[in-house]
Amino acid sequence: MSRKIGVYIHTGDGIGEALDIEKLTEVATGSGAAVVRTHADLYSPDGVAMVKQDIDGEGVNAIILAGISPRYEYKSFDFPGVILEKTSLRELVVWSHPVAGDDEKAKEHVQELAEDYIRMSVTKCKKAELPTPDKMEAPSTRILVIGGGVTGLTAALEAAEAGSEVTIVESDGELGGYAARLRKQFPIGPTYSELISPVVKDLISKVRSNAKIQVVTSTEIARIGGVPGRYRVSMKPAGSKSEWDAPVPLTPEEKLDASGKELSAEDQKKVYAAKNEGRKDYMIEDPAAEIFGAVIVASGWKPYIPGDGEFAHLGWGNPNVLTNHQFEEIAKKGKIVRPSDGKEVKSVAFIQSPGATEDDADFPYASAVTSMVSLKQAKYLREDQPADGRAYVFYQHMRTPGQYEYFYKGLQDDVGIFLTKGAVTEVKDNGEGGLSVTATKTILGEDVVVDVDLVVLATGMVPTTRDEAVVNLAYRQGPAFRELDLFGGYCDSNFICFPYETRRTGIYAAGAVHRSMNIEESMEDAAGAALKAIQCIKAAEEGHAVHPRTWDFDYPDFYFQRCTQCKRCTEECPFGALDDDEKGTPKPNPTRCRRCGTCMGACPERIIGFKDYNIDIVGSMIKAVEVPDDDEEKLRMIVFACENDAYPALDMAAAKGLSWSPLARIIPVRCLGSVNVAWIKDAMSSGMDGVLLLGCKFGDDYQCHFVKGSELANRRMENAGETLKSLGMEPERVSLAQVAIDDYDKIPGIINEFVDSILALGPNPFKGF
Amino acid sequence: MSDSILVIGGGFSGLTAAVEAAEMGYDVYIVEKEPYLGGRVAQLNKYFPKMCPPTCGLEINFKRIKTNPRITFYSQSSVESVTGSAGDFSVRLKVNPRYTTPQATNCKAGIDVSTSEFPNEFNFGLDTRKGIFMPHPMSFPNQCVVDSRVAGTDEGRKIQEAMPEGHVDLSQTVETVDLNVGSIIVATGWKPYDASKLDRLAFGKFPNIVTNMMVERMASPSGPTEGKIVRQSDKTEPKTVGFVQCAGSRDKDHLPFCSYICCNATLKQILYLREQNPDTEIYVFYIDIRSPGRKYENFYAKVKSDPKVHFIKGKVAEVKPGSGADNVILVAEDTIGGGKIEQEVELAVLATGMQPTGAIEPIAGIEYDSDGFVVPKEGVIPCGCAKRPIDVVSSAQSATAAALKAVQTIVRRAG
Repeated sequence: MSRKIGVYIHTGDGIGEALDIEKLTEVATGSGAAVVRTHADLYSPDGVAMVKQDIDGEGVNAIILAGISPRYEYKSFDFPGVILEKTSLRELVVWSHPVAGDDEKAKEHVQELAEDYIRMSVTKCKKAELPTPDKMEAPSTRILVIGGGVTGLTAALEAAEAGSEVTIVESDGELGGYAARLRKQFPIGPTYSELISPVVKDLISKVRSNAKIQVVTSTEIARIGGVPGRYRVSMKPAGSKSEWDAPVPLTPEEKLDASGKELSAEDQKKVYAAKNEGRKDYMIEDPAAEIFGAVIVASGWKPYIPGDGEFAHLGWGNPNVLTNHQFEEIAKKGKIVRPSDGKEVKSVAFIQSPGATEDDADFPYASAVTSMVSLKQAKYLREDQPADGRAYVFYQHMRTPGQYEYFYKGLQDDVGIFLTKGAVTEVKDNGEGGLSVTATKTILGEDVVVDVDLVVLATGMVPTTRDEAVVNLAYRQGPAFRELDLFGGYCDSNFICFPYETRRTGIYAAGAVHRSMNIEESMEDAAGAALKAIQCIKAAEEGHAVHPRTWDFDYPDFYFQRCTQCKRCTEECPFGALDDDEKGTPKPNPTRCRRCGTCMGACPERIIGFKDYNIDIVGSMIKAVEVPDDDEEKLRMIVFACENDAYPALDMAAAKGLSWSPLARIIPVRCLGSVNVAWIKDAMSSGMDGVLLLGCKFGDDYQCHFVKGSELANRRMENAGETLKSLGMEPERVSLAQVAIDDYDKIPGIINEFVDSILALGPNPFKGF
Repeated sequence: MSDSILVIGGGFSGLTAAVEAAEMGYDVYIVEKEPYLGGRVAQLNKYFPKMCPPTCGLEINFKRIKTNPRITFYSQSSVESVTGSAGDFSVRLKVNPRYTTPQATNCKAGIDVSTSEFPNEFNFGLDTRKGIFMPHPMSFPNQCVVDSRVAGTDEGRKIQEAMPEGHVDLSQTVETVDLNVGSIIVATGWKPYDASKLDRLAFGKFPNIVTNMMVERMASPSGPTEGKIVRQSDKTEPKTVGFVQCAGSRDKDHLPFCSYICCNATLKQILYLREQNPDTEIYVFYIDIRSPGRKYENFYAKVKSDPKVHFIKGKVAEVKPGSGADNVILVAEDTIGGGKIEQEVELAVLATGMQPTGAIEPIAGIEYDSDGFVVPKEGVIPCGCAKRPIDVVSSAQSATAAALKAVQTIVRRAG
């Protein structure tokens, strides 16, 4: 069916007065629109009816709403099978470019701006196709849970309760994890004042009796191959080696020879083969693998064990100076006794912060959990020694958030528990088998020295992902989550709003591997991760993306005949969605893909694209802009704006009456990562004078929702600048600025500054050629 | 029996729960009392510790709502009653009129003729707004609201005439909507503790004592002072600022629990002040700095390294007038050095805590504990700050978990 485009121009909100609508109509017709209509209130039911009539009566199958921002209208114009495009005349043209009554020159600028937006949207509409979802047939709905501690058990039960089949893989011989080794645990609900028996026992029995849950102990993951919806999981006895162990790619250092020169591809292959000897290639499928739809990582944590000589001032190394984990072990066994001589312990000093007077931070990998642990353990001592047990808790900041304050308050009434802020400066042998603890800057206002039987250090919880890959993915980009050092080794998300986001679609972390958290939080987190796992499988089945583009039924298409195996897409995909074959031809895995288009931006051959967003569409939109070749006042710049952050900021700037240069044409992009250098060339070769990219903050504290998009774009634009230089053009004609969604007060200034810099450079020297 | 889910509260937790449940394939209703979705976080300038804007995540979640036909939301609405049991709840909603139609995305014409000025509740009364208004610049839905106080007046009619035809509909009335749902997620969140109840902290007695939420609005570029934190008395930027931690929290006479977020909120606001002026001297009176965990501990260390930020362990017991114009003196017991500390500041910020909404506006048919937090029962699932005082990250986890629990209730009932 041929494309029949209808353009509908909203003339309300001052658009009709500010613009020559008749001319705009002519431009739309001239660009290829079959029907062009105006309406003073396009978004009213009457306007919707007008459009619908053309769809039903005129056979219009692509509509362009030229009026208010695309962000404000939704649902009313969603007609099945009809392509919908929206261009903003109100925010991007009229509101942001107010013209004084008789300023004909300014009027001309604004009119040209509006006409270009019409041309660009008609051009897009001519080329865009409706997405046809790539639905995975019968994905596996089974969920793999790595780790059989309180988080893993809860995740399994929660997923099973929602109808899923689950397998728990636990490396230990028993279920229960650390929580099974506790004497008691914190309360997990009101009244929050008494310790309770560990809930993990009950969880284990529930798991054991649940027909939907399978448990495999003394087992580890050798590799996880495949994709969300169809993961291929190879298991092995814990601690053993397997030919299915996931191979590890070369590090950048390993790709160099002794002199620092990059090894040839052939040599790299040899080094790789040696490094992964005995392991099957990552693309080979284990025929015995079990199939799962999604994975929950609940591999938990390990106690922090201080090194030799660490915390020497706190007496670490003395047999009676223990970590809180060692103390818990003793307390679990029965009466608390002193390791050095087996004496029944009557007094304990709990130390919360190791920094003496220098630093008031808690121990590494601590969190609010360690404050609570000290209080809990102080209570153990008092349970064992109600008559004369004495617990001293030295803290810098007692961290009992929320209702845990009640637990803390309860302890304050116990005469055998002394709680004080204080910097512990020294712990030493008191010569009588015990220890002498010195603290300064205490609440008592003076230095305190106490003699105790034991000292307990409130050390933290080290996430298992700090030192191990855990998930062992058979992915081109390697077996582990990437760049977890940004999060101190935790398998955490960098997004406050979206804590389940990882760089590996279909794999969700929960519990203490996610962040240091207590049992109550871990159990809640486990349920959240279970939902994300189930949802991901559903998305695979329905053929849409997962977060952050959950509405998106499109996926990138590759024209392999022209692929040169340059490997850029496979290396740069932030989500490891692309594998490759021996030759290096990428193998797309749509259910791993987040639809950011970073691959499309990377591809020098321009062979990757989406149905409604690809190199040709955007390139053609750029070329649709009319570039006067003889008017030095009418230079033209393209601004690529991240559609989630920079674009809404422009809307807000416009609503606030802020203004920017009418020489810039805004093109919203999925992510700056999708901006291909070809578009820069298109802009320059069609005589434009500059290109500005507006995207999210990058670096360690990135805000880019596709993690690497804006950072990669920055690198690519630096290269593009070099290319311009080689052509005799100023590299400054391509620029990138980092903005946030609330920077609307700054964005107009950023655009204007860029436009001014281009005006200073003068026209593109190739204009008109 | 029903397999729909009701989410009470359209703030951060409610939105998260709603989109997560809808993306599991269930029909979801959101009931929100304000005319916009986003709740408390929509009023925040930045999130700690990343110092990123809340609107960024909201924009994504709004897009998920706009594109998901399974989600229906009612703004300016409240739950009147909840009866029935898991799998089959009857819920009665009161839906207040907005007096506009969805195409009313531009209030300018109405604002021009509106003569009333109402305290702007979004900005805690730090400025005013007209009888027709957009709740805030990023408001979703982006639809004007006519204040019910002008709806029936001449001014209301003038607004209607000035606005494009059909955009204002003064004939709208309060509607009752009855829903049948299988499970209920309670995400009613929190309110800043009423600072005027803290007698000794003199809020309302002196102009230059503000709450931390007021500071958020001032710091926001879209706020009443266009991003500047100023004294109310003379609109100047303060050169000395004192933060009063635990203003109401950890206090048996007010909020006995710890509100958890106020320490980090203060650290964040110190960064606002520092960005505004490199020389402002800042005093923080605290009991404990509760910034646990890797990210927050680093955040605290960063703020603490600023030589012009002074942390004083001591609870402020009294606020009295200072010697400088409209200055105040914070009086605290110094728990370490001993004795009393008196610090005169140009602006005092009360780090008020979070009171669960259930303590103030309980919903008939929902059970609460003595603090006003929701007590869960089969099919009634609290999340976020309706459940316990938590930060945004934990709220996201809590809400996602609640969405699963809501789904489970329905799966169980279906057998």
